[in-house]
Amino acid sequence: MLLITCPHCGPRPELEFTHGGEAHIARPENPAAMNAEDWTEYLYMRANPKGLHAERWRHLHGCARFFNALRDTTTDQFVATYATGQPRPDLKGAGQ
Amino acid sequence: MVVFLTYWAESMQKFSAFELFKQGLNGQAGWKPQWRSPEPKPAYDAVIIGGGGHGLGAAYYLAKQHGMRNIAVLEKGWLGGGNTGRNTTIIRSNYLFNESAGLYDHSVKLWEGLSQELNYNVMFSQRGVMMLAHTVHDVQVFKRHVHANRANGVDNDWLTPEEAKAFCPPLNISDNMRYPILGAALQRRGGTARHDAVAWGYARAADDLGVDIIENCEVTGIVRNAAGAVEAVQTTRGLIKTPKIGVSAAGHTSVVLGMAGVRLPLESYPLQALVSEPIKPVFPCVVMSNTIHAYISQSDKGELVIGAGTDIYTSYTQRGGLHISQHTLEAICELFPAFRRMRMLRNWGGIVDVTPDRSPIVAKTPVPGLYVNCGWGTGGFKATPGAAHTLAWTIAKDEPHPINAPFTIERFRDGHLIDEAAAAAVAH
Repeated sequence: MLLITCPHCGPRPELEFTHGGEAHIARPENPAAMNAEDWTEYLYMRANPKGLHAERWRHLHGCARFFNALRDTTTDQFVATYATGQPRPDLKGAGQ
Repeated sequence: MVVFLTYWAESMQKFSAFELFKQGLNGQAGWKPQWRSPEPKPAYDAVIIGGGGHGLGAAYYLAKQHGMRNIAVLEKGWLGGGNTGRNTTIIRSNYLFNESAGLYDHSVKLWEGLSQELNYNVMFSQRGVMMLAHTVHDVQVFKRHVHANRANGVDNDWLTPEEAKAFCPPLNISDNMRYPILGAALQRRGGTARHDAVAWGYARAADDLGVDIIENCEVTGIVRNAAGAVEAVQTTRGLIKTPKIGVSAAGHTSVVLGMAGVRLPLESYPLQALVSEPIKPVFPCVVMSNTIHAYISQSDKGELVIGAGTDIYTSYTQRGGLHISQHTLEAICELFPAFRRMRMLRNWGGIVDVTPDRSPIVAKTPVPGLYVNCGWGTGGFKATPGAAHTLAWTIAKDEPHPINAPFTIERFRDGHLIDEAAAAAVAH
């Protein structure tokens, strides 16, 4: 089980969290201007990186707030957690 | 007779009762390696990335049915060491949608003749796959599956709890369980097979047809020409030119296709399995409970083979959280109280590539000469022969077989999802 540091509550066991998928995928500001390719990219296409992954987590059974995390998917090690709306930190993962 | 003997001397060593007897006279010392271990050639007519059952099978069908003999399978580790060797070997085809029934039942039909076709015992055992219904919603969904399956010519029967227990005596059907059993759907043609044997059988048969199987050869890049088409693969064992690449890389598909600039609707998750200590035959079939994430059968060696659900986060670590396995074992112990005191021998994880609709992609990609077989998620083993067969067809003809034609990448753009995720009604 992962130990995840909520930016608001500190380190807590994984069971208190839900995973919210890839981070920094912005909801389209003008949906009417989107074509099918744009929607496909927004709805379905994912980076799925082997290495650092910027992702959303929600501390559901704690403060219930969303936040972002940088996690290395080759080790599951959290490199950073940061508040929603903040840009992705420029960090490197283990072995990179 | 001379021709016959010459053929036997040059081609692969056929397994038969006679051959076993003959080798027995020689102290079993005359068995040859079942496939070569060649150095990669500078160029091939086609290259398959991924030496699991799917990739080796695709190479076999390319050579056998499409006459492409100058081809190679590149495997970064050892044959069948990925998800082929990590799954719980459940085989069934009782999916809801017509497209899925077509693809998965194509696979079951190929399974039925596979040992004979490959001259290799893949130990396919149609012992029946029983899926338990625990809620009113389960009952309604499964009954809908039964009717849809029958309309598609796929066998699937609805059982009462008493009938389910008669088919699988260790099952607890008392009504004071946390997840009482309200009934079950049974596909009698479903069952299990020996996972290693599938990879080895395809490897041996493909090698016999001239396919080069190259292990310890990781693909590190895909080279494209000025027109954008596939030209070569860069590997840890040198550059290999090829006009056609088929990718069967399971959890690593996003990584491999990323080398060609192709983005996919995939996310890779850890999926765990466990085996118990071996015991005498006690469990006659496969039992699945999608609702509480427990999948169990007994191997021919006697181990209970148990599958868990995926972890909640994406990962490439090939391990998952212990609480996921614990959750599954709690469900197993509730369903089968007799197993409460059994000990688990091993627990491991594999990385499964999951699509948004939980249906696979077996298709051409936007890059000419690049073909992909991915997105099988938590249930790719059952589809090994069908995926391999349709991928080979797609590579050879540069167009999909009618069976895999709906399983494109473009279905996500066009809205033609094959939504087995919703159909299964599982909290994936």
